[in-house]
Amino acid sequence: MRYIPNSPEEREEMLTAIGLASAEELFRSIPQNVQLKRRLDVTEALAESEVIAALEKYAERNTAAGKPSFLGAGVYSHFSPTVVDHLIQRSEFFTSYTPYQPEISQGTLQYIFEFQTLICQLTGMEVANASMYDGSTAMAEAFLMAQRVTRRDKIVVAETVHPEYREVAKTYTQHGDLQIETASLDEKTGRISDLSALDEKTAALVVQSPNFFGCVEDLKALAEKAHAAGALLVVVVTEAISFGLLKSPGECGADIVVGEGQSFGIPMSFGGPHVGLFATREKFVRNMPGRLCGVAYDKNGNRGFVLTLSTREQHIRREKATSNICTNQGLIALAATIYMETMGKKGLQEVAMQNAQKAAYAAKQITSIDGFELPYSAPKFNEFVVRSSKPAEEVLAKLREEKGIIGGLALSRYYPDRPDEFLVCVTETMKKEKIDALAAGLNELQF
Amino acid sequence: MANNIPENLRYSKDHEWVLVDDENASIGITDYAQHSLGDVVYIDLPRVGDKFGTHEAFGSVESVKAVSEVFTPIAGEVIEVNEGLNDSPEKVNSDPYGDAWFIKIKMAKPGEADKMLSGEEYEEYLSSQA
Repeated sequence: MRYIPNSPEEREEMLTAIGLASAEELFRSIPQNVQLKRRLDVTEALAESEVIAALEKYAERNTAAGKPSFLGAGVYSHFSPTVVDHLIQRSEFFTSYTPYQPEISQGTLQYIFEFQTLICQLTGMEVANASMYDGSTAMAEAFLMAQRVTRRDKIVVAETVHPEYREVAKTYTQHGDLQIETASLDEKTGRISDLSALDEKTAALVVQSPNFFGCVEDLKALAEKAHAAGALLVVVVTEAISFGLLKSPGECGADIVVGEGQSFGIPMSFGGPHVGLFATREKFVRNMPGRLCGVAYDKNGNRGFVLTLSTREQHIRREKATSNICTNQGLIALAATIYMETMGKKGLQEVAMQNAQKAAYAAKQITSIDGFELPYSAPKFNEFVVRSSKPAEEVLAKLREEKGIIGGLALSRYYPDRPDEFLVCVTETMKKEKIDALAAGLNELQF
Repeated sequence: MANNIPENLRYSKDHEWVLVDDENASIGITDYAQHSLGDVVYIDLPRVGDKFGTHEAFGSVESVKAVSEVFTPIAGEVIEVNEGLNDSPEKVNSDPYGDAWFIKIKMAKPGEADKMLSGEEYEEYLSSQA
C-alpha cells in the first residue's frame, strides 16, 4: 500500500471542495450525545527515550524468562538456530498471505509444500495441510473431520489430552451436534485406560502422546481398539521434538495426527502465535480442513507449485466447506520449515535424544530425594509428573521464592483432585548444573 | 449444440435424469449438465441406506471449473452407489446416461417420477433457457 501524505493546506483544500469548515463536521451524522467531547484519557506525549524507559520498567516485572524454568505443558523452550529468524525476516516473506496467484507466489508455495512434506515424514502420514492456527484448533478441526468421515457424533477424548486443548475444542464445537466424552487414565501407568465410552457411535478416539502427564501412550493398541469400534484414532502431539525419537503415529495406525509445531524454532512468546500441524491419510483428503499445496507441471513440463483441492474450502464451497479456516500460519510455518531443514533428520534425532536423556537424569535426581516420587510408570520423553509429600503449589512457590527456580507446573491448576503432583519439563537447553540446582533446591526446602 | 436426450428417461430442471425400474430408480446428470460443467474430476456420493426427500442435495460434482450439488428429483432410500465413479469420474463426461449413473434408490413415492419432465419437455426447457 502506498503512503499518501497530506499537508494542512491540502486538507483545507479538500474541506473547501466539499463545503465543510472543519474535519469534525465530517462526523456530524453521529448524534451529539454519543460523541466524545473531551480529550482521550491518556498521558501526555513522551519523548522516545522516556517511552523506552517506561516499557523497560514494565518488562522488568517479567521474571520467567530469566530464571531456570522447568515449565513445559504445551509450550517448550528449545534452541532455535539464528538462521531461522534471519531468513523469515526477508521482506518477501513478511506478507505471507494466501498465495492465490501461483504465477507470482512460487517461493511461498514451495516452502508450504516443503512444510507439508516434512510434516508427513515426521507424523508418518500421507497428506498434511499448510498448517492451522495452533495445536488446539487443529485438534478441534480433527473432531469435526472425524464426524464428517464416520458420520458419527461422539468423540471420546482422553483426560490426558492437554486440558486447554480440550477447552478450545469444546468452545469450537459447542454449537454443533458433537457429543464429547472423556476417557480416564490408569493411575499406575499414566496412560489412558478406560475405553468404555468407545462404541459404535464413536467418530474418534482422541489421545495425546506423549500425553499431558508426559507419558508415551501405546498408540498401536489404541488404534486397534478404535478401529475395532469403527472409529478413527486421532493423535495429538504437543511436543513436536518427540517425533525425533518416538515411532511415528502413522506407523502406529493413527488416522489423523494433529499437533503444535512451536518446538520447531518458534519462540514461546507467552503462548503464541504458534503453528498447528494437521496430517491424515490420503483417502480422507477430501474431508480434510485447511489449505493444501501441490505440485503441478506446466505445458512445457516445468515443475511448479499450486494450491490444490481448494474445492473443500470456504471461498468455493461456502457453508459446505470442510472448515471456516481458510488460511494458515504462513510465517510461523516458514520458521518451522527452516528449523526442520536446518536440523535435518540427524539433528532432530540428536535434539530429541538430549531431551529424553536430560529429563531422565532430572527424574533420577529428583526421585533420589525423600518425599518425591514418580507416580506413573509409562515411558516418558522430556516431561514427567512428580508426586510430592507436600502440596505441589507450596513446593513450587517456595522453590521460586527461595531458590529462584521455576520448578514446573502444579497439576492442580487443571486437575484439582491432584494437589500433590507437578509436571517437570527438561529440554536440551537445560544445563546439568541447573538440573542439579533444582534437585538440591527441592532437597533443601523446609516446611 | 444438439443435446443428447434419451426418450426413456425422466428429467429435472436441475439437469438430473431418472431411470425407473419397477420400484427402484437410477439417478444421474444429463449430457447438458456434464457439458456445462466441463471435465469432471470428482464426485461425492452418499452412502447406501441414506434417505432423501424430494429435491435434497445428495452429493456434489466437482469439475475443473466448479463444484455443483446434485439433487434428488424424487424421494427415496439409497440402495446402491456407483463406486466406479471414484476411480473414473470422467465417465460422467463420456457416458452420462450409461456407466455414469450416480445412485440407485428405492422410491419412497412410487409414481413420483411421472411428474418429472419427459425428454421432449426437457428439450423444450433447455431451449427456453438458451
